[in-house]
Amino acid sequence: MTALLIAQILLTLFVFIALLHSAAAMVWVERRVAALLQQRRGPTRVGWQGLLQPFADVIKLMFKEELRPRAADPLLFALAPIISATAAFSAFAVVPFGASTTFFGLLDQPLKLQVSDVNVAVLVIFAIASMGVYGIVLAGWSSNSKYSLLGGLRSSAQMISYELSYGLALASVLLIGNTLSLTDLVNGQSGVWFGFIPRWFLFLQPFGFLIFMTAGIAETNRAPFDFPEAEQELVAGYHTEYSSMSFAMFFLAEYINMVTVSAVATDLYLGGWHGPWLPESLGWIWFLLKVAALLFFYVWMRWTLPRYRYDQLMAFGWKVLLPASVINLLVTAAGVLYFGL
Amino acid sequence: MGSEAISFYLFGAIAIGASLLVIAQRNPVYSVLLLIASFGALSGLYVLLDAPFVAVIQIIVYAGAIMVLFLFVVMLLNAPHEDTEHDERVHPLLRPGPMRFGAFLALVLAGELWWALGRGGDTGAFPGGAVSSVRVIGRSLFTDYAFPFEVTSVLILVAMVGAVVLAKRDNPRDRRDRGGL
Repeated sequence: MTALLIAQILLTLFVFIALLHSAAAMVWVERRVAALLQQRRGPTRVGWQGLLQPFADVIKLMFKEELRPRAADPLLFALAPIISATAAFSAFAVVPFGASTTFFGLLDQPLKLQVSDVNVAVLVIFAIASMGVYGIVLAGWSSNSKYSLLGGLRSSAQMISYELSYGLALASVLLIGNTLSLTDLVNGQSGVWFGFIPRWFLFLQPFGFLIFMTAGIAETNRAPFDFPEAEQELVAGYHTEYSSMSFAMFFLAEYINMVTVSAVATDLYLGGWHGPWLPESLGWIWFLLKVAALLFFYVWMRWTLPRYRYDQLMAFGWKVLLPASVINLLVTAAGVLYFGL
Repeated sequence: MGSEAISFYLFGAIAIGASLLVIAQRNPVYSVLLLIASFGALSGLYVLLDAPFVAVIQIIVYAGAIMVLFLFVVMLLNAPHEDTEHDERVHPLLRPGPMRFGAFLALVLAGELWWALGRGGDTGAFPGGAVSSVRVIGRSLFTDYAFPFEVTSVLILVAMVGAVVLAKRDNPRDRRDRGGL
């Protein structure tokens, strides 16, 4: 029992540290891929191939002066980045990233590779995501700057609008999987059809996956939906007035949210840790590969597509994505009811 | 005292304290945030009652969606701090009429509470069985409680239509009269 408890605590610490480093790695990937797509070289000087660049950036940020506008609300101004970062970290707590393992017989009982197995995991992710909005809104309001306020308002409007499609796409998967637990959803995707097609929900829900990823990009405020920080219009949006480590926390939250959305998409649509050739205990390698592929896709999108106009974003969210996700849900429900998918 | 009792008193204290501070605050943005904290504590109480689904829905719907809209309105209206001492005019809610009405409502609430607490012992279980299962909640919502459920949704629809009608008054003559707004 105690060994299991210690393992659980170590796992929690591991997830925390891994998320921190995934954000650092994503900064490097983003800059290198951006450079690749723009035919330049990107950061190559610090460490091998510039791999230590994010750490140099963090050290630079730590030594910067922490500025606060005189008219800002001191308490909320300090609180906003903390809310953002906390929400980003805690959302990953319910995401499973591998099958239960005993670490090659080290433990008596198998340990779930997941910080906490909640039976309403999918909804918990939602709840925490909706808390993350407050970080951005409060940052925008408490800065007492017009750019920040506009960025914060845009962001909350955008996140509320796209949360609907996000949720409806998710509901279709829940209908097929017939459970709210992420672990059970992943286990429902093991095996293959006709001997070679993996039983991923992606093949049952191709439109659902598209809607989920589109809404996920909007939820994480990434290009082409990065309105909260549209440089040409809003300087830097909600974090215009932030500097040093409080800025770094927003930055961190954005990248961790990307990782979480990709991990959830992997669990919901891409079969989680199931894959050929590797034994079940090494399934997390498949999980990492799938998440990495989705993250690359994220970065690829950002440096390929121009930003939408704000009214286009809203029109797209409410007039295209939402009806599409409702139809997707109806068709899925009919399919489950009449064909018992 | 077991860990459950400790959690209960902790969440209960947070819920009551935050709710009291909501009305004691001068700054409306802080009031909204404290109300969110209160909802969060309530959600913790639901978890203690073995109803994780209700707890999560409480966060998603109330603390997440509705309070963001509240915050939105407060921020957009840029409501000033309620400094009653320095205000020449008396705040509309502090005039005799509203205060009497408020006192009446408080009395009604106290009476209701007294009546509800007096019914102690009658803690019959929820008729649908354990509320922890999403399946059970869904089934009872769409069978036993189908009518109230649908009526509630119509009520919300009415509120939505009303909001659209009130907000979308784009009569050009009307606009000129009120000086461009």
